[in-house]
Order: sequence, then C-alpha cells, then structure tokens
Amino acid sequence: MQLALFLIFGGLAVAGALNLLLQRHPINSALSLVVVMMSLAVLYWSLGAEFLAASQVIVYSGAIMVFFVFVIMLLNAGEEERTTGSRAAYLVGFPGAAAIFCLLSFVFLSERKALGYTNIGGYLNHVTSNISEISTILFTKLLLPFEVTSILILVAILGAVVLARKEQ
Amino acid sequence: MSAQVPIAAYLILAAVLFSTGVAAFLIKRNLITIFMSIELMLNAVNLTFVAFAHMWHQLSGQIFVFFVMVVAAAEAAVGLAIIIAIFRTRETLNVDQIDLMKS
Repeated sequence: MQLALFLIFGGLAVAGALNLLLQRHPINSALSLVVVMMSLAVLYWSLGAEFLAASQVIVYSGAIMVFFVFVIMLLNAGEEERTTGSRAAYLVGFPGAAAIFCLLSFVFLSERKALGYTNIGGYLNHVTSNISEISTILFTKLLLPFEVTSILILVAILGAVVLARKEQ
Repeated sequence: MSAQVPIAAYLILAAVLFSTGVAAFLIKRNLITIFMSIELMLNAVNLTFVAFAHMWHQLSGQIFVFFVMVVAAAEAAVGLAIIIAIFRTRETLNVDQIDLMKS
C-alpha cells in the first residue's frame, strides 16, 4: 500500500515538476505545479501528516495556485522566447541542478541504513489524532509565534494592496 | 506485512523536486514561472521536513512545515503584487528585459 502510493504519486510529482520545467507557456507550468502539490499531499498523508495533507490541498493548490493562475490571466502572459540569456542559463542551469541532486542523493543514500523505513499512517495511529497533537503544541508552547504569524499575514495583505494599487 | 518504503526514497524524491526547481529557476525566462519554481523548491523542502518528522516520531517538523506554508502564502501575495507593479511600468515579464532598478 505504502509502496504503491509512493510509486504512483512520487512518479506523478516528478512528472509534474519536469513538465513545469519543459513547458513554455506559464499557464501550463502552473497547472503542472498543481499536480505536484496534490501528489505531495497524498505523500504527506502516507507519512502520517493528515493535517498538513489537508492544508497542502487547501492553502497551496487551492489558494496560492489559484492566485498564480489569476495573475497569469490578468497579465495575459504569453510563451517565453529564447534569448542569449537563456542559452547561458541552459549552460549553467542543468549542470548546477545535476550537481545539487548528486550531492543530496549521495548523502541520503550513504545514510540509508540509519534513516530506516516508513510505516503507513505514522506512529500516532489509534492513540490520538495528528490534528489534536499539532493544535496542542501550536496553542500552548508555540502560541506567540502563531500569533506573530497573523501579524505577518496582515502586513503581507497591506503590502500587496499598496504595491498592486494604481499610482495616481 | 506490505513492502516498506525507506525514508531515503522520500528524501531522494524531495531532492529530485528541489533540483528540478533549481533548474527551472535558472532556465526559465518568465517572471511568473521563476516564482512558481521557488514554490516548487519550498514544497520539496517541506517533504523532507515531513519525512524527518516521521522518522524521529516528533511533530516539530510538521509544525515547521505549517509555518513555511504560512510564510509562502504571504510571500506569494507580496511577490505577485510586485510582478503586477513591474508589468505595469515595463509592459513585459521577460527577466532579460527587467535588468535595471529604474528605467
């Protein structure tokens, strides 16, 4: 079950990420990013993070990506064209990304034994729900950071309104 | 007992997503697509957080992912507002033509 979920939705996430890289039109990239985020939500759920799976669907693929698609449509963004800058970026971008991937996977594979195995649903099964555990920590130990977060969002809303406003 | 997936597999999946995000960030010429590849990198890092939270049987990683999501939402709002402001003055989204602070 865990292996099947990982293979199907991991493959879907990688396919969506590569599609984001290869598509020329931003709306196609945005829709493939939605596929990546939805499959990541399933992977979160299989790792026992039910609350994060739900908020991934609601916040990321619901709110943020709708916002992206909205801006793409508002600005009527077209296909990107190739320039001399993009050729230089190809020369630097692919080897750089490959080097990062090789470094990361080398570290992960050499620590493979110490990292261990997953079991579906996590450790909290039949004891207490993931959401109640998270909310207990969030509203007791981390109450101040949680409240500061709301101020951050308020500032972001004000900043977005000020920046996107038409200048007189 | 069904087949188990090693934690390293999840971490390597996150590494694949992260390096794809890095490549897209460097290669793409459209401002909005570059911004979307930043979101892809954030998502990849969130997956490693959740995998490590699963491994250590602790919730700190999941709470960190929660805060990352909140900051990403705020960042998307401000960033897209900046993109709209840039488009209003420059009439383009190509980063090769947006290379001056003041034009």
